[in-house]
Amino acid sequence: MNPDRNLGALLDGTLHDTLAVSLPHFRPELCLAATIVLLLLCRMLPLLRRVDSGFLALGGVLFSLFFAWDDVLALGGGAWASSLGDLLAGRKELFGGLLAFDSLTAYIRLLLAGFLVLFILFTKVSGIPDSEDGADFYTLVLGATLGMCLMASANHLLMVFMAVEMASVPSYALAGLLKGRKASSEAALKYAVYGAGAAGIMLYGLSLLAGVLGTCHMPTMARELASLGSMWMPGGTGMALAIGGLLVAAGLAFKLSAVPFHFWCPDVFAGAAAEVGAFLSVASKAAAIALLLRVAFGLGTPAPGADHDGTLAALGETRHFIVGIVALLAALTCTLGNLAAYGQTNMKRLLAYSTIAHAGYLMMGVAAAVALAGRDAGASRSAVAAVCFYLGTYVFMNLAAFAIVALLRNSLRSEEIASYAGLIRTNPGIVVATGIVLVSLIGLPPLAGFISKFLVFSSVMEAVSLDAERPLMLVLLVVGGINTVISLFYYLRVLKVMTFDPPPAERTADAFPLVSIPGALVTALVVPVVSLGIFWSGLYAFARLAGAFAS
Amino acid sequence: MGIAPTLAVTQPAFWPLTLILFLPAIVAGILALPIIPRGKDDSVRWVGLATTIAVFILSLWMAVPAIFGAGSPGQFAVGDAGMQAVVKQPWIPAFHIEYLLGVDGISMPLVLLTTFLSVLAAAASWPIEKHVRPYWILFLLLETGMIGVFVSLDFFLFYVFWEVMLLPMYFLIGIWGGPRREYAAIKFFLYTLAGSVLMLLAILMLYFASDVRTLSDDQLLATHVVSPVLEGADRAAALTAVHSAPKPIHTFNLLALAAIGQSPASPFAATSFWGMTLESWAFLLLLIGFVIKVPVVPVHTWLPDAHVEAPTPISMILAGVLLKLGGYGILRICYPICPGAGLSFAWLVCGLGVVSMVYGAFAALAQKDFKRMVAYSSVSHMGYVMLGLGVWSAVAGHEYQWDAWAQGVNGAMFQMLAHGISSAGMFFMVGVLYDRVHHRNLEEFGGIFNRMPLYASLAVAIFFAGLGLPGLCGFIGEVLVTLSSWNYSRLLAVCSAFTVILTAAYILWAIQRVYLGAEYKGPHGDHLTPMTRRELAIAVPLVVLAIVFGVAPQLIFNYITPTVNRQVETLAEWTRSIHDGHPAAAGAAAAATDEGSVGFQAAIDSFSVGGGR
Repeated sequence: MNPDRNLGALLDGTLHDTLAVSLPHFRPELCLAATIVLLLLCRMLPLLRRVDSGFLALGGVLFSLFFAWDDVLALGGGAWASSLGDLLAGRKELFGGLLAFDSLTAYIRLLLAGFLVLFILFTKVSGIPDSEDGADFYTLVLGATLGMCLMASANHLLMVFMAVEMASVPSYALAGLLKGRKASSEAALKYAVYGAGAAGIMLYGLSLLAGVLGTCHMPTMARELASLGSMWMPGGTGMALAIGGLLVAAGLAFKLSAVPFHFWCPDVFAGAAAEVGAFLSVASKAAAIALLLRVAFGLGTPAPGADHDGTLAALGETRHFIVGIVALLAALTCTLGNLAAYGQTNMKRLLAYSTIAHAGYLMMGVAAAVALAGRDAGASRSAVAAVCFYLGTYVFMNLAAFAIVALLRNSLRSEEIASYAGLIRTNPGIVVATGIVLVSLIGLPPLAGFISKFLVFSSVMEAVSLDAERPLMLVLLVVGGINTVISLFYYLRVLKVMTFDPPPAERTADAFPLVSIPGALVTALVVPVVSLGIFWSGLYAFARLAGAFAS
Repeated sequence: MGIAPTLAVTQPAFWPLTLILFLPAIVAGILALPIIPRGKDDSVRWVGLATTIAVFILSLWMAVPAIFGAGSPGQFAVGDAGMQAVVKQPWIPAFHIEYLLGVDGISMPLVLLTTFLSVLAAAASWPIEKHVRPYWILFLLLETGMIGVFVSLDFFLFYVFWEVMLLPMYFLIGIWGGPRREYAAIKFFLYTLAGSVLMLLAILMLYFASDVRTLSDDQLLATHVVSPVLEGADRAAALTAVHSAPKPIHTFNLLALAAIGQSPASPFAATSFWGMTLESWAFLLLLIGFVIKVPVVPVHTWLPDAHVEAPTPISMILAGVLLKLGGYGILRICYPICPGAGLSFAWLVCGLGVVSMVYGAFAALAQKDFKRMVAYSSVSHMGYVMLGLGVWSAVAGHEYQWDAWAQGVNGAMFQMLAHGISSAGMFFMVGVLYDRVHHRNLEEFGGIFNRMPLYASLAVAIFFAGLGLPGLCGFIGEVLVTLSSWNYSRLLAVCSAFTVILTAAYILWAIQRVYLGAEYKGPHGDHLTPMTRRELAIAVPLVVLAIVFGVAPQLIFNYITPTVNRQVETLAEWTRSIHDGHPAAAGAAAAATDEGSVGFQAAIDSFSVGGGR
């Protein structure tokens, strides 16, 4: 913003920036926003009240998906699958630097839109929400997704905060969707209180950072950080920065349900409907990881520009700090999530802890990516690609897991693991599908979960071999390995109950067969879990495109 | 890497090897579809058995050209030491992961053993009445996993198959097993998974340390990093593409990793953490993963539980094939890729081998459960394999006599194959008895010889093979291993010789308690009916093979010796160059090598009628 310009020129500039630069890259979000308005309108007009809100939402999301896909195509030039050369991030700043559009934005938005399509289909099949709640439900879901898209593209700390709130507030309401149930209301309250606390803490941290650095625009902050020199400067500036960083990390950790900010997660998942759990565990996690990448890379690496290498080197300490926090949180999250899952008897609660554990694995990848950023840009990109690939497979694994829980709840009227006993006798197809999903979550080949874990571990190993934060990365490797073994127990226990144990005598209802609409949905979600384990070059090419953002 | 995709046409082994590998999995997939209606259990069984037979015939066609008329492309050339029938297709180019298969003198006999035992185990699966269809699906998936491990030359692929075996095995033990099946199944799974996670770390360590650009053109072609089917300009372009790459090209190719590990300036020999070299770490991590499978004391405890609880055919597979995977991994992966670590940890491998040998034998002596006794005998017998593999690098400290190494490794390989036959046979014989009287308590048997003379004779023959009686297959491997260990450590040699007495003790004692005696006084005495024809069809081939391999071991040595000797010789050369620091001094050493090799060659020749090599 050049002060010499007169107001007219400024307006012209803003107009041009908005209309010609920003909005064309904002089409998926615009579609979501328009759909939300339509959904609300339909409630008001009696004539339109008959319109099925689910399909209306689906239509809007499909448009959004199309535009997200179009953005990805434009970036990759349609030829990424074969060429493994240097991919371009295509970074642009939108809306005066509030948002950043690059390959990560495009990838995460595509992921979210694709997930939403599957998710809406799943809710139509599972029957929650009913037609009464439908408009509310889908409005909240789309609103939260809008916030998540912004999380994935935030380039400014204010935007970070706005996006997090925009994603969180609808989620609180979603958690309380089952209005008659005490557990659901309790979950919503717990979530809201926790969320409010975390938001306050984060805002405080943001203001500390902004106060010291004089800006909230992340690339500028990075430049300022680089010019500050050592973090342990006199006068408490360094301390203020460190505390600010820690507080922001706490806010992000809440969204990630990272230990020790995870307490809301099991209660919310257990209390809310399985559908809401699916949404929170996949979409919310993907957005939170994207945001973590944004903040970590935004503050820890310079934006493309002059004196890139010098700034990159000067930011070494910042990265060291970020890697330390993320790695520590990752190790804690992974271990505690897996250990706590061991004692669960409720399937949703077990999946909640499994979600927490997987957040830990994902954060390991983020830590490796940041650690590698100063050492080898290519390796850093691979690490981001590993995380993005993980998110891609995670969509199918966890959505399938929650879909199975929801659909079994519809037929068995229970979400307790014990109620699944002996399902193999009556419904072998469902048990096989569950088995594939759970084994993929353990991370055994030849399933998608293995490839994801393999990619993340290999990035951490690459950090070790390139001597980037070596001791920390070694710890992460060991922790990750041990956790894989621990996680075997509880996932396998579910399978054991389903296959080895005799069915309970009081079971009257039968689970749904595989040849049915619910069965088809489960099949459609499970097939990618298998095929992405064997033919993963395609998705990996997309993930590499996303990884190009870490330039 | 810019390697042009090679066509299956230029790889004559593509379809045979792929079919051997995936036919069981494909049939398993078909069985999962509701093509055979419910209730037609016998049809499922026949389909399953037919599949295993088809795979066996295919592998026989490949491995024993003499039967089907040699000369077809894709068949195995017996006596050729190198890697043959290599199949190479790109899989994940971003990580240089390939669908890279191949067989040599080490893996081919093991593949044959796997397909052969699968047929017998399939036949032994007839009495399984519970959930027949899932059983066969899992059984066939297991077969694909086992074959896959033996034929994979890509470490990633190897790992995938290694893990693919776990889940079918878990369910096969957990659903169709005995009373404590759940405990045994999870224990098996947990031990193996812990080992394989360590293996994964080692794989990644090696991958990121490797760089195929350091290999010469010849090495690139020999290790199939650049496919030797490429001709002329294509080949030159592919080679140039490798050498002119701006960044290191990592690899999962086992042959390339071995070539890198044995190169004079091996990146694996760089110091890594806590003063140990990278290859030492990789070696130890891999070794733990493999010895859990072997299994070796003290990580053997899953084995008795798994064996006791598993149904008979699965016990046969477990003992006959799964335990060999560990030995195979050590031979194929640990030593060639991490030779330096192999040299420094020789004492560890040998020590573990002897400890399991002795411990397993004593434990077998103490068992009251017939099957548990046989399980511990496996621990003991696999100890010989470890010792034989271990003395490999051992002698290097004193003098460069590679014949003792070669003798040990050949003995270990032979022992693996012989144990595959005898242990599968022993478990089957226990199963036959168990099917009739439904108990395995050694104290309650006796007098079986009078009631079932044919069965008892076959069983005694198999048990003698396990004992290592001269003239039967168990003898050769044990003798070669014991002899070879003499050069390394007299103490270990004495221990392993002494174990033979223990082995004789527990086997003879078991025979005495079960088969001899006046009459059977245990429960269900009236069920002791003679063997059925199906049971005979399983037992007789095992007994015949036990005798044939005991009398004519060169049938096996013809396959394994060229490859094993070449690998040992290469590593002896490598050790010499490292030790003396002047690789050029090959002349004098080669003379010593020739002199040294006489001993083993004479030993082979004395067994052989047609000449070993």
